Amino acid sequence: MTELLARLGQSGIIFLRHLGRATTLLLHILSSVGEVLRRPRLLLEQLFSVGVLTILIIGVSGLFVGMVLSLQGYYILSQFAAEATLGVMVAASLVRELGPVVTALLFAGRAGSALTAEIGLMKATEQLSGLEMMAVDPVRRVLTPRFVAGLISMPLLAALFSALGVAGGWFVGVGLLGVDDGAWWGQMQARIDWNEDLLNGVIKSLVFGFACVWIAVFQGYNCLPTSAGVSRATTRTVVHSSLAVLALDFALTALMFN
Amino acid sequence: MSLTVGTQGGGAPDAAAPGSVPLPGDQPPLVRIRNLHFSRGEREIFSGLDIDIPRGGITAIMGPSGTGKTTLLKLIGGQLRPDRGTVEVDGLNVHALSRQELYRLRMRMGMLFQSGALLTDLSVFENVAFPLREHTALPEPLLRKLVLLKLEAVGLRGARDLMPSELSGGMARRVALARAIALDPMMIMYDEPFTGQDPISLGVLVKLIRQLNDAARLTSILVSHDVEETNAIADLVYVISNGKVVESGAPAKLAASGSEWTRQFMQGLPDGPVPFHYPAQPLEQDLFGEKS
Ligand SMILES: Nc1ncnc2c1ncn2[C@@H]1O[C@H](COP(=O)(O)OP(=O)(O)OP(=O)(O)O)[C@@H](O)[C@H]1O
Ligand SMILES: [Mg+2]
Repeated sequence: MTELLARLGQSGIIFLRHLGRATTLLLHILSSVGEVLRRPRLLLEQLFSVGVLTILIIGVSGLFVGMVLSLQGYYILSQFAAEATLGVMVAASLVRELGPVVTALLFAGRAGSALTAEIGLMKATEQLSGLEMMAVDPVRRVLTPRFVAGLISMPLLAALFSALGVAGGWFVGVGLLGVDDGAWWGQMQARIDWNEDLLNGVIKSLVFGFACVWIAVFQGYNCLPTSAGVSRATTRTVVHSSLAVLALDFALTALMFN
Repeated sequence: MSLTVGTQGGGAPDAAAPGSVPLPGDQPPLVRIRNLHFSRGEREIFSGLDIDIPRGGITAIMGPSGTGKTTLLKLIGGQLRPDRGTVEVDGLNVHALSRQELYRLRMRMGMLFQSGALLTDLSVFENVAFPLREHTALPEPLLRKLVLLKLEAVGLRGARDLMPSELSGGMARRVALARAIALDPMMIMYDEPFTGQDPISLGVLVKLIRQLNDAARLTSILVSHDVEETNAIADLVYVISNGKVVESGAPAKLAASGSEWTRQFMQGLPDGPVPFHYPAQPLEQDLFGEKS
């Protein structure tokens, strides 16, 4: 029993120590954001590798998720003769929940893990040490541009996901199942609220993006500088990001929609 | 900072008047290490190390593998923090500096990493240009000339467009050397520059280190196991083992040393007071005894 308590306490201490380190790193990153914005070339490169290269998987997933939503929704709504509201249902679920959440999960798997692996390998091959000895702050030069790029990409990717999801849903609902085109768009326009739905979705994706890149960058910077260390850090990035996104989603939803 | 092509060093502010050859002893050493203690976990790596690196010379640090030579360079560069003791570079206590002051000091130090530590997503040219781009606002044509001259010095001007993954280990280390001298530092730390070099580039490298040191009036710290090459160019040699300086002096003096330890190391004899093995229990006990 005491042993259990001791072990619990120990993992608590380790957790707090990591949280402290991650927070220090975050402050360091935030303090150099201004400088990165003044050197757009660094940021553009990272926007490409973090954001643009993630577009394909996000787009394809959005399309399919929208199509499935439409199929499932039609099956249920048609039992109440409410097919006309299918567009609202698809759009609301995408914009409020699925867009931000699924995008964040995919983002953690595609971009987050790549960020961790890249930074971890730079550490393992002494590139970060080398930067330090050249009087270049590795946090500023390597971490901050990636962090900012992730922060900017995430809401845009989520918007893309939702937009393509609606398109996929329309294709299935209107194109294949015969829902009225006017009803699909009309109901959607009337019922989807700017603040309630769209803005809240954007806030969610910003928060998720922040959590995902923070975790990814920290895991890379803090990993053991060996191949095993990098691989463990990459796994941790995906696991921790996914859990963080789901937990944050619950908290934010409770705050926003009750 | 002076950025004249090639030879003129950044130079220490309080260095002797130009023209006079700085002699060890007539001015404070560039690096002064006192009572340095450092451990990695349980293992004590330095226990009371005292080292003086005189200005303008080549000082070699020798010692068996794993004695902490790389660790010592990282302590001098301020990347590691000692448990006790001080490291002063050019009169500044490295571990009492603010981050900004430390970075300013590092701009005057070059370090050649054992692994090269080139940035893998940049070409050879861009790697050498990197410190110049970060710290100066040189116009592109001048920067290009400067980089090509540095690459020429290490014999790799023709390899400027290769990526680091396309270089051999020895080539990578030479590119890293070109990068380390890009900002014309006052001091260069070489971590094992000779390993992985063929006899020709080895000879060139030895000459280059000597030339850089004399022409640019740098201070060089050279970490190496290569007794022969090191003795050929070093002005002063420190031999360290078990966390302490075992012996120091001019190479000739060490070669004639009465100490059995130094003689063993300098002549590469397998038997003697220097253990070849990392500390362990006796072999028989490990193989046949119970698990300890
Ligand atoms: N990151 C680290 N964590 C723990 N111990 C380390 C670490 N790096 C080095 N060590 C230990 O510190 C000691 C000194 O290492 P260092 O790399 O300074 O040796 P070295 O003298 O440069 O050896 P070599 O000549 O082989 O390069 C070694 O015994 C090593 O086990
Ligand atoms: Mg070493």
